[in-house]
Amino acid sequence: MATPREVWQKAFSESSVRPGAYETMSGIPLEPVYGPDDGEFPGVYPYTRGPYASMYRSKLWTMRMFAGFGTADDTNKRFKDIINSGGDGLSTAFDMPTLLGLDSDDTMSLGEVGRCGVAIDTVEDMDDLYRDIDLGKITTSMTINSPAAVLLSMFIAQAERNGTPRARLGGTLQNDILKEYQAQKEFVFPPRQGMRLVRDTIAFTAAEMPKWHSVSISGYHIREAGSTAAEELAFTLANGFAYVELAAQTGLSVDAFAPRLSFFFNAHIDFFEEIAKYRAARRIWARWLKERYGATSERSLQLRFHTQTAGVSLTAQQPEVNIVRTAIEALAGVLGGTQSLHTNSMDEAMALPTERAARIALRTQQVIANETNVTAVADPLGGSWYVEELTNEMERRAEEIFADIEAFGNGSMLDGCINGIEENWFQSRIADSAYDLERKFNSGERIIVGVSQFLEGNDEDEIDLLRITNEDEQKQRRRLEAVRLSRNSAAVAESLAVLETEAADPEINLMPALINASNAQATVGEMMKSMGTVFGRHIEVPTI
Amino acid sequence: MTLRVLVAKIGLDGHDRGIKIVARLLRDAGMEVIYTGLFQTPDTVASAAIDEDVDVIGLSMLSGAHMTLAPLVVEALRSRGASIPVVVGGIVPRQDIPLLKAAGISEVLGPGAPGTAVVDTIRAAANAS
Repeated sequence: MATPREVWQKAFSESSVRPGAYETMSGIPLEPVYGPDDGEFPGVYPYTRGPYASMYRSKLWTMRMFAGFGTADDTNKRFKDIINSGGDGLSTAFDMPTLLGLDSDDTMSLGEVGRCGVAIDTVEDMDDLYRDIDLGKITTSMTINSPAAVLLSMFIAQAERNGTPRARLGGTLQNDILKEYQAQKEFVFPPRQGMRLVRDTIAFTAAEMPKWHSVSISGYHIREAGSTAAEELAFTLANGFAYVELAAQTGLSVDAFAPRLSFFFNAHIDFFEEIAKYRAARRIWARWLKERYGATSERSLQLRFHTQTAGVSLTAQQPEVNIVRTAIEALAGVLGGTQSLHTNSMDEAMALPTERAARIALRTQQVIANETNVTAVADPLGGSWYVEELTNEMERRAEEIFADIEAFGNGSMLDGCINGIEENWFQSRIADSAYDLERKFNSGERIIVGVSQFLEGNDEDEIDLLRITNEDEQKQRRRLEAVRLSRNSAAVAESLAVLETEAADPEINLMPALINASNAQATVGEMMKSMGTVFGRHIEVPTI
Repeated sequence: MTLRVLVAKIGLDGHDRGIKIVARLLRDAGMEVIYTGLFQTPDTVASAAIDEDVDVIGLSMLSGAHMTLAPLVVEALRSRGASIPVVVGGIVPRQDIPLLKAAGISEVLGPGAPGTAVVDTIRAAANAS
């Protein structure tokens, strides 16, 4: 039987490797990975040390910068800046009304249009958003959840109108509704109806969009809402198991679906704990997919993830210091083997980033990628007694949480996640952990530079901030008004009636009706209301 | 006398980490805290504050909508003949603070405000009214 090293060696020799010297600055030659022959290796089950044998020697992580503000035109310009600065992936941030499936002229949208992301009301906005960007070359990710099926349908309608068939579209839909109820709180429909839409997008993309990633299972928001690293790890993977069980209900085999899943983790400031978290995530996922869900394809077992540095670690005081925090967090993501990375900008404790701040954030990644030589050797911290023990401990803590969730669901992780949400279990645990950490900051047990200590410089002039004006809101409302006036309202009404009828039959996949409504220039709000008539609304019981 | 505080999220902002921490800080400081949940409007907040007879309202705002929505809470209170002090906390750029105060907001707590500052600011706002 081949040793783990031999298995790795074979996979490595079959990988294409970027040309380079692969030596230290002083000329010491570097192996692609270090460790005993019978130990763990990257690209070898259970993938603790990385999903691929050659890791960054074959391909660096994608520098995927998250952006979106104002109107679709404004964001389209920022996207082009990112591409011109060397970013190689796009990630779209939508504004609060879009995240909640409301139109820009809804009374609840007052003051929120274009503030936290880009405002999208109809397929016309989607058209402007990606104008003159080659979606065949640049992959795009859309951070959207409750109305994910609606935005995907608009994306398809826009692309097909411009001559790109859906089968050729590559990208990622966040579409992780479970963490909305648990942490991010941009929910609309009740959990089981929300999961029906996730199911429909999974089944639709599996059948018609071979290059599309239908769910990006996101721990980022769970952590930002206040969880510990172990809770982020466990809740995220549990949600992943829930989607695997959901897809199985549609008749998809696990190997037809699991390769399309990707993950999204936070990179917080506790450097080694974060690296251990990523390593544990890969090991747990591989084992559960193989042993519990019967996956056999290697792609199903290899957990791939996007990382974002921790927004919550940024300070409004002495904002330039955030560049340092972000660099350290980004390095944790890279040493943990991330497949793509967003680095936050120094001004984001106060506002959306300026172009300059966003460029420095991208440059931070470019320094790590091109100057530090950390990309030469896979999992450089593997074998460290400290990191290996932390990895094992993360895994143990996650397994304890899985046991709780499984018990809530009487053996089903899918029911366990939904029941845990309905019982407020996830939400309470996150709030408890957030308060525990806050007390450590308040007691001085944990220090924040510029906030609790080292305050000299806090009174210096502030850096320039991006200002979103009410003018953008007015502009977007006028644009929506123009579409409403020029479209064929009979066709809109008919498409919405079909959507509502089909929503009432849980056997029907709603994607075709949504694409039809998008083509008719129905708005996000109209489509969400039509489904909401049938689905109802989720109301969270407020708890402190 | 025990201070009664309504903490509220208005508009579409779902970020509730801060408000829950603030609610617990105030509760642990001996205040009675009422949280009405996500997606409230200026009108629902003003009505709840009056019905609950609170001494202070704390608004948690992280979505950038504070300049539009926070003054509407003050207006909604005034139109009901109430003068309950309103404190805003969250992602508020420093330049916006004088504008919010001119619009009737009592005090603003920016990012990184320590727990003691939150408690002291709420007490001070209640005593000033």
